[in-house]
Amino acid sequence: MKPDVRVQADAFDSGVELAALEQRGAGGIASFIGIVRGDGGLEALELEHYPAMTEQALGGVAAEAARRWPLLALTVIHRHGRLVPGDRIVFVGAAAAHRGEAIAATNFVIDWLKTDAPFWKREIFGDGRSQWVEARAADDAARVKWDS
Amino acid sequence: MALEILYFAWVREAIGSDAETVEPPDGVETIGDLIGWLAGRGEGYAEALGEPGRLRAAIDQVFASMETPLGEAREVAIFPPVTGG
Repeated sequence: MKPDVRVQADAFDSGVELAALEQRGAGGIASFIGIVRGDGGLEALELEHYPAMTEQALGGVAAEAARRWPLLALTVIHRHGRLVPGDRIVFVGAAAAHRGEAIAATNFVIDWLKTDAPFWKREIFGDGRSQWVEARAADDAARVKWDS
Repeated sequence: MALEILYFAWVREAIGSDAETVEPPDGVETIGDLIGWLAGRGEGYAEALGEPGRLRAAIDQVFASMETPLGEAREVAIFPPVTGG
């Protein structure tokens, strides 16, 4: 099973991605979809990334998930560029024979890609302010819990 | 040996450039050494690179710690902790 990993500026259709996973003969599909929140007057998010490294880094995370669980399919899509509240940022979908593997693999991929994929978010607010998002210690802790 | 350096996010903004080619002097052996040397190149560099504890790095597109030897590296990227997902 080769994970389907995509890094793109364009929007993606979650329904299309889920329907594709349903065609892989699985007993269960789990998915996570990350959406831009409009908290605090946020007008846009700009996602910068390291193009030469991003796909390889996400591919490494996906391959690790495939090594840990018997997956029939795994899709990881991460957008970059300018996004506005309500836009989808990230999609993780896993297909497996049973729900446990699909849910665990999805959870694992989203935790690891928070710390292992070279993206940086800048928040742009309606009043003209903008700031880089700070990494959260909770994200490091979420990654480490999979080490045990 | 010529080394391509890439900067991202607020490191890039403080330095005012997203990439440059440098020739580190003898004695610059690890990523930490490289950051210390680059920090002396001017005001923006000092601002961006003055606190290595706030930085992360990659050698040839693979994450690497501050203690990692540069070895035969061709490309070193210096950036803040990542915030994707």
